Amino acid sequence: MTSEILGIVVILLLMIVLSYPLGKYISKVFKGEKVWTDFFAPVENFIFKLSGIDPNKEMDWKENMKALLKLNLVFFIWAFVIFLIQDKIPIWNPAGIAGMEPSLAFNTAVSFISNTNIQHYSGETGLSYFSQLLVVCYMQFVSAATGIAALALIYKGLAQKKASDIGNFYNLFLKTNTRILLPLSVLVAVILLLNGTPDTFKGPQTIKTLQGDTVTVALGPAAPVIAIKQLGTNGGGFFGPNSAHPFENPNYFTNIVENVDILLIPMALVFAFGFYLNKKRLGIMIFIVMTVLYVSFTAAAVKFEVDGNPLIKKIGIEQATGNMEGKEVRFGPAASAFWASSTTVTSNGSSNSNHDSQTPLAGAVDLINMMVNSIFGGVGVGFINFFMFLIIAVFIAGLMVGRTPEFLGKKIEAKEVKVAALIILLHPFLILVSTAISSYIASINAHTGWLTNPSYHGFSEMLYEFTSASANNGSEFTGLNANVPFWNIMDGVIMLVGRFLPIIGPVAIAGSLAEKKYIPESEGTLKLDSYAFGIVLLAVIVVISALSFFPALAVGPIAEYFSI
Amino acid sequence: MKFLRTNLVLVVLTLLLFGVIYPLFIWGIGLFFPYQAEGQPVIKNGQVIGYKNIGQNFTEAKYFWGRPSACDYNPINAVPTNLGPANPALLRSIQQRADKFLKQNPGIKKSEIPSDLVTSSASGIDPDISPEAALVQIPRIAKSRGIDQSSVKELTQEFIVKPVLGPAHVNVLKLNLALDNLIKKD
Repeated sequence: MTSEILGIVVILLLMIVLSYPLGKYISKVFKGEKVWTDFFAPVENFIFKLSGIDPNKEMDWKENMKALLKLNLVFFIWAFVIFLIQDKIPIWNPAGIAGMEPSLAFNTAVSFISNTNIQHYSGETGLSYFSQLLVVCYMQFVSAATGIAALALIYKGLAQKKASDIGNFYNLFLKTNTRILLPLSVLVAVILLLNGTPDTFKGPQTIKTLQGDTVTVALGPAAPVIAIKQLGTNGGGFFGPNSAHPFENPNYFTNIVENVDILLIPMALVFAFGFYLNKKRLGIMIFIVMTVLYVSFTAAAVKFEVDGNPLIKKIGIEQATGNMEGKEVRFGPAASAFWASSTTVTSNGSSNSNHDSQTPLAGAVDLINMMVNSIFGGVGVGFINFFMFLIIAVFIAGLMVGRTPEFLGKKIEAKEVKVAALIILLHPFLILVSTAISSYIASINAHTGWLTNPSYHGFSEMLYEFTSASANNGSEFTGLNANVPFWNIMDGVIMLVGRFLPIIGPVAIAGSLAEKKYIPESEGTLKLDSYAFGIVLLAVIVVISALSFFPALAVGPIAEYFSI
Repeated sequence: MKFLRTNLVLVVLTLLLFGVIYPLFIWGIGLFFPYQAEGQPVIKNGQVIGYKNIGQNFTEAKYFWGRPSACDYNPINAVPTNLGPANPALLRSIQQRADKFLKQNPGIKKSEIPSDLVTSSASGIDPDISPEAALVQIPRIAKSRGIDQSSVKELTQEFIVKPVLGPAHVNVLKLNLALDNLIKKD
């Protein structure tokens, strides 16, 4: 057990140590300062020239959001069409994979453009290599870059002294791809490749095993897809079992690399905030608030999993290594629970164990992480969600000290608070209403065939699915048989709303703040980088989330915990 | 028109870069490492009989058994059981596997069965078992092969990986291959 605990401590330390310099680098990329990847400039300029984009044209928030939405519309059409007709494409389909059923194609296309990567199919039998590379691999770059570029717009908006322009979406989008995501992906893909993640265009191989059984082994160009899957808080696995599959995550070393990748960019973007706005102390304060929540939730999940399942103990089986149902031996329960918490705290959604078989409260931690959805969070969008909590916390703290709330020298007024409150309430609204609808259907119709598990856990499966969709996470309690039109379409709509409104609202706030007159700090200004404000911020996040979600958690994992 | 040109050209060019050139670049590197890029195949008598990291179904008494699998080690349909911790179906199957194991491995007490031998893996093709899960099977294997327990034990010890970080484990396919070779040497 010592080597397992040591393993996860190493992962945590590596994340923090690596994300700090990366944050500094990202801030430079956002500002357009000199960086070592400037050799990409000719490629970028060529792309801008051919598409008629002036990357230096400053745009206001509305123009930027229009650009973002139009581009994402093209992404959606491309993904949807390719999934439908993948069997008609003459190349890169050695296994002869069929086209997708339309509701599944809709769900999967939305899932990949929204950086969610919920998968109601299994990669081995559901996607051609063409789809894996030109949709799945591609979307995992550009959807991640969309979120990061949106965050960069907000940073610019917050830095403006009094002007309406907040940067150029196209410029930030392309540079995020070429200068942040691409170099890291190449590095990680090579590491995975050298450790036994396949990268071949050969189709599935049928072999005779040592004992003489005939089996078919799925291969494919997996290494490059898995690298960006981990780095861009995507989570869309090449193989069905995701990073539990021995090809997708061959050993403990690759597990360390992949788990660090989950948090690398989300953490770096917090530091980047401090560097970009020249508020390093504030950046570190936010980092500490997030880390406190992340580490305490994760530690609880690890403990529950390492303790094992009391019902298995009752059978008379010792669980020296903890809860092994749905776990891989090479990772063990500690690294599995650590991953599960990492992947839900960010909106990554990849998994190296089966979340459905976790002990009740470890599953509850996954759910809580996705419900809060702003502790590091998805690349770009996680910090954007956190920005909404910042606005609310500033407003409340302002009321408490009896002053007009200010954030980085800008007055926070009714307009901003209204938008922030609505965006924060959207998440519980989407989750709870849809879970209520599906629960109602499941309760009046015993033969939906949706649920693998009875009772409280069945409810948790539905709650988890919608929470994951709204948080754009992508992990699932896979016992939910979700590849039916009801789930494909409901999930799809929730992913779309849960993706784009929480980008547009905050960017609008940043646009509005950018236009306001800058008020220099004075004696009476609320110190955002103080401990007192850190505690108010922490309390706001915990209280809002608890009030919204506790009843649902009580019916699901908490009831299950007390029943065993 | 401007909308179409801007977005279509941008999508086509970035598709080329991130959907074609990037994966082909990594694939090109893989050409220098064919063993890894092909998924680390295991070759016996010129035939691929498995992949180092893909678990296989071992049911014969003379082999070390791997973990229970929701898909019977069918790698094209790799899945977990998805059973929740309180699901009666899970507890029933664990009970049944334990009873079966005790019958097939006489002399073992229930409390000595390592939990990884009665619970299913996440991938359904877990290549490994814990060292305890290997050691507990030695008497059965030695008896079935008519060889000394000590020689099987010695071999097993060789295949136990005890890393500084992460859990100790044994690759079942590699161990079974060595086991077959051990007999030949005798």
